[in-house]
Amino acid sequence: MKAPAFAYAKARSLAEAFELIERPGARILAGGQSLIPSLNMRLAAPELLVDITGLKDLRSIDLRPGGLRIGALATHAEIEKSDQVAKYAPLLAQAAPHIAHPAIRNRGTLGGSLALADPAAEYPACAVALNATIVLAHRRGERRVPASKFFKALFETDIRPGEIVAGAEFPKVERSVFLELTRRHGDYAIVGLAGVADASGRRIAYFGVGATPVFAENASRAVSLNTALEVLGRDLQPAADLYHSSATKLHLAKVLLSRAWNTLSKPH
Amino acid sequence: MEHAVETTLTVNGVQVTRRIAPRVHLVDFLRDELGLTGSHIGCEHGVCGACTVRVNGEIVRGCLMLAVQADGCKVETIEGLSDSKELERLQRAFHEHNALQCGFCTPGMLLAAQDLVRSGAKPTRDEIRAHISGNYCRCTGYQAIVDAIEETINGKG
Repeated sequence: MKAPAFAYAKARSLAEAFELIERPGARILAGGQSLIPSLNMRLAAPELLVDITGLKDLRSIDLRPGGLRIGALATHAEIEKSDQVAKYAPLLAQAAPHIAHPAIRNRGTLGGSLALADPAAEYPACAVALNATIVLAHRRGERRVPASKFFKALFETDIRPGEIVAGAEFPKVERSVFLELTRRHGDYAIVGLAGVADASGRRIAYFGVGATPVFAENASRAVSLNTALEVLGRDLQPAADLYHSSATKLHLAKVLLSRAWNTLSKPH
Repeated sequence: MEHAVETTLTVNGVQVTRRIAPRVHLVDFLRDELGLTGSHIGCEHGVCGACTVRVNGEIVRGCLMLAVQADGCKVETIEGLSDSKELERLQRAFHEHNALQCGFCTPGMLLAAQDLVRSGAKPTRDEIRAHISGNYCRCTGYQAIVDAIEETINGKG
């Protein structure tokens, strides 16, 4: 199908972007790999698309004291290939190849994925597992929101009117593991796991099991795999989808937990 | 509400300037406005890969990019890459391996495959399959396509 009619403006600066997104019916266009399909399927009907892809300041990947800061406009392909991401936030480098296909990864962005908050998306769960901070830019400065408070409901985030996702900061961790079950490579996840571990313990988040990424608090704290498997049902109550019952999804989540456990545990 | 936006882009080495309605995606523009009908439209929501074109050297879904977003970009399509002979070896291998039947997916498949060929990688068959996983072929069963790409890269079929 074809997209409905809308106006288009390409922001030349962040200041101009703030002004444009305040117009009635405005929506931000970044990589467009989720927004344009939803336009083509007429699931969205914005009056104005504000293209922010020209804002080069939002594209950089830099090491900061708090961790690796990745600009909102960094593409999945850039994250997949970045040496700094591989070194300081390897979880994201492990996750990126699972996102759709190469041609889509060349345009889709980190900020777009976080802002859309698709419950089956990879980066939101990584952000939760890594205790990332989402950086939101607005006219008067920046607001920083921990990932645990950013994803509020199905496709709903803490982004307020007038704010643009500028990027996210990912603290360095010692170990990470990313696992995803799909029917075919690049499909939406049936169940996925993003897990990290360091001296402070494990942090395991799941995606594709609820309206938002789910932090598996009990399983993360468990002292052994057996206990973790027992308590995972308290962390996750996955809704059934067209092909998988809730029980199947919980079973698959346990399978992923078993596969991830050794990597997330201290060497003997 | 909708105002056409003056857009200048280079398509297969030729600079074109048009006023384009924002809702028009890149492949509709290439096909309807420029008559370059080699890039196909399948699903129009990013699943099938038939619309794969190259923008600034990287393959993209032509249906998931607005034509106005291509302002200032260098766009290459199956027509340009065939004429320049860049795809010659892949095209010959596809022919010899019978890696197409109806041919609908072939332009997009060749662009995705060429992306791998020119990366300089030495992929395994599994890696070749992963790279073309976003390009659907409903005729061949993919075996012959993987054979053709493997032969082009590794010199064996």
